[in-house]
Amino acid sequence: MKSIILRTASNYLLPLLLLFSVFVLLRGHYLPGGGFIGGLVASIAFVLHAFAHGLRKAQRYFPIHPGFLMPIGLALALLSGFLPVLAGDQAFMTGLWLADPIPVIGMVGTALFFDLGVYIVVVGVTLTIIFTISETA
Amino acid sequence: MLLTLALCFLFALSMVLLGKSVKTVLWWLPVLLPAGLFFYFLSLGTAPQSVSYDWLPQLGVRLSLHLDGLSRLFALLITGIGTLVFAYTTAYLKGHRYLDRFYGYLSLFMGAMLGLVLSENLISLFVFWELTSISSFFLIGFNNDQAASRKSALTALLITGLGGLSLLAAGILLGYIGNSYSLVELAQSADFLRAHPHYQLAVLLIFGAAFTKSAQFPFHFWLPGAMKAPTPVSTYLHSATMVKAGVYLLLRFTPVLGETDFWQQGLLWVGGITMLYAAFHSIFRTDMKAILAYSTISALGVMVFLIGMGTPAALQAAAVFILVHALYKATLFLVTGIVDHETHNRNILQLAGLRKVLLPVAIAGGLAAISNAGIPPSFGFIGKDLMYEAALQQGELGWLLLAALVITNSLLLYAGFLVGIKPFIGKLSEQHAQLHWPSAWMWVPPVVLALLSIGLGVWPVAASRLSAAFLPALGLQAPAGLQLWHGFNLILALSALTIGSGLALWFLLKPGEKALVRLHKLAFLSPERLLGGIANGVGVFSVAWTSFFQHGYLRYYVMTIVLVLTAGMGYRMFNNYTFQANFTPLLELTIYEVSIVGILLVSIGFAVFSSSRLAAVAGLGVVGYAICLLFVFYSAPDLAMTQFTVDTLTVILFVLVLYRLPKYMQISNKLTIARDGLVSITFGAMVTLLALLVLDQPVQRDVADYYAANAYLLAKGKNVVNVILVDFRGLDTLVEITVLSIAALGVFGLLKLRLKTTERRG
Repeated sequence: MKSIILRTASNYLLPLLLLFSVFVLLRGHYLPGGGFIGGLVASIAFVLHAFAHGLRKAQRYFPIHPGFLMPIGLALALLSGFLPVLAGDQAFMTGLWLADPIPVIGMVGTALFFDLGVYIVVVGVTLTIIFTISETA
Repeated sequence: MLLTLALCFLFALSMVLLGKSVKTVLWWLPVLLPAGLFFYFLSLGTAPQSVSYDWLPQLGVRLSLHLDGLSRLFALLITGIGTLVFAYTTAYLKGHRYLDRFYGYLSLFMGAMLGLVLSENLISLFVFWELTSISSFFLIGFNNDQAASRKSALTALLITGLGGLSLLAAGILLGYIGNSYSLVELAQSADFLRAHPHYQLAVLLIFGAAFTKSAQFPFHFWLPGAMKAPTPVSTYLHSATMVKAGVYLLLRFTPVLGETDFWQQGLLWVGGITMLYAAFHSIFRTDMKAILAYSTISALGVMVFLIGMGTPAALQAAAVFILVHALYKATLFLVTGIVDHETHNRNILQLAGLRKVLLPVAIAGGLAAISNAGIPPSFGFIGKDLMYEAALQQGELGWLLLAALVITNSLLLYAGFLVGIKPFIGKLSEQHAQLHWPSAWMWVPPVVLALLSIGLGVWPVAASRLSAAFLPALGLQAPAGLQLWHGFNLILALSALTIGSGLALWFLLKPGEKALVRLHKLAFLSPERLLGGIANGVGVFSVAWTSFFQHGYLRYYVMTIVLVLTAGMGYRMFNNYTFQANFTPLLELTIYEVSIVGILLVSIGFAVFSSSRLAAVAGLGVVGYAICLLFVFYSAPDLAMTQFTVDTLTVILFVLVLYRLPKYMQISNKLTIARDGLVSITFGAMVTLLALLVLDQPVQRDVADYYAANAYLLAKGKNVVNVILVDFRGLDTLVEITVLSIAALGVFGLLKLRLKTTERRG
């Protein structure tokens, strides 16, 4: 698309939307949001950029193929589930939390890492599908 | 003991990292593993030992390892022959590009096989049993560029996998009626088990597992196919160790389920048919490996047959014969491997006089053939003595059993001579005159095994210590030690008769292709063909079935789903419910809701009647966003956000796909449009009715209340939806993101594959 308004806007929208997606991810445990929605928002940010500037430019933000995000996210989610088994000899996916909140991020626990894993997988899945289809189409 | 298993599996894993060096500088490293384990098991002494770890205590599943006389025999065979096979491999597959994988599979197998013979718990026994089948699959299919290898690997996996399921069923059944998975505890309640109404079912399931693994008739045909594997594998898995797992299982279960007519007659029949059928087959083959494959099946039949006799003498004979057979048959396989490696030929009709160029190999082959024939003073002679002695104790039937054994052994003698002696005598052909001795790593292992085959006969004391512990392991009295010479008696006469008739066969019968061709004419009767026919039939049926339902037209898929759903729902609703829609809670409408419904209706109409695909997609997008707004009004912000983002992406995907399609054309006639409209309106009406019906039912709020009450207490979150996603039902989410990834990989694979049509094969 050749619209100059969209191009200019998307330059500002990409970092904003990414920031917003992280915000949605972090607040998820207390307020509406979470990894799934956050991941979708982040993917939409890149898709919008691809619409405005072309697929190549959007892909340039990824040093590796976004498909590699899927195993990374899955591993993170699985590891956060196994952490209580390894650390405290507790059942798989028991929630472990730090006692005090960390500034900006808030409460940190295994569930947060699990959500982060979901976020990464969703970004990987969505971008793999959309990039592949738009490359082929 | 757990460490021994762990070492094997760790070594298999380490091949990922060490693979490159094992192919070059560290080529000797793999040999250390079985050698070290062999000396460890040798050093453990003869007293039984056991260790036990909790695995799934709630289900009574433990990882219990128990080393007794029977396990020790197998453990020493697995590690001892393993050492020689690993050493042999260093030269046999030298420079092979997948050598690291080979060692990986082989040590995986060794760990699994050790686990199998050490397991005292039925469930862990089953796990290791399946692991041996799986590693065998990889090893048979090792030459994965050959279609025949892959087919044989699959056949073997399917047949032994069937047996594995049977073993699992047997384990669960026995655990259920005997109230324990422990073999020791089950043996204590053996009388109860034998009297139980499900006794025969349990025995049949154990038979199913043992007969498939140990290649008994009619499941034997996977074993000749498995000879597609490299020779070290045939030696190790398909002759010396893995195929004996079934025999091991039968021996193990003799104190639990044995000593009844049902058990013994079943084994006598199957073992008897197998040993005669396979021995008869073996003498008409011309490929050295095929001869060995059939004679191995026959020998396994002999073992099952002996276990079927069930007397202490027969069990002792079976255990000794396991050792005898492992020693001479492994030698013959290794000899075959060397001949194949040097001449690239395994046809006994074309090989002759090789003793002049491969002297140590010829000596090993000859000695193994002698032990196989049971000619004194070999260890095979002792084994045969024990067999005949056991058969003589069987009373009236004894003569029949003896006759079967004598015939089998004579035929096996002939088969052994064909492989161990025939290629080495006679006139050396000119094309083989230039051959040299192979590397010492290759000829030393068969020579060692051959010397053991003879040496244990000359000094039976060495084997006596090992064999004295067999029967105590099965809860029976320890027998007298092994002896080579029993004096002039009936048994000696029978041995002489066997050797005499075998030698007569050797001088009278000339091997040739003609007999093989004649045999192939009867092949349509073989179990392999029959089962293959059934498998093909299933294939043809499923192709027809699939092409009927999976026709590839998306619109008909959707229509099938919608119609089935409508019919099913309609049937239930109009049969079971009297309709009482309650509209009162729906009447308190606000202006927002009314206007959104208005937007919904307009955009649906637009999507349906639009003449452009992209406009229709945009219309559908508006429908999605309107539904989002509804979610917002009914206080489901998480759902609304998700729906909003998903809808955006859906529209983008639609646009990407539709962009490439030709301009909208009139492809449906009036009739199709009317049909589609009718189907959609019926479905919509049905869903509306269902929604009204659901509203009328009292709401169950237990689960919702539980989550709402405990979200913060248990999971430290205030957003219940998210807490359910990442904590309460986190496992579901984990599976869902895995499924998502698989779907993405599928899309990637399908679209990228289409780009490279040049690589597609006819």
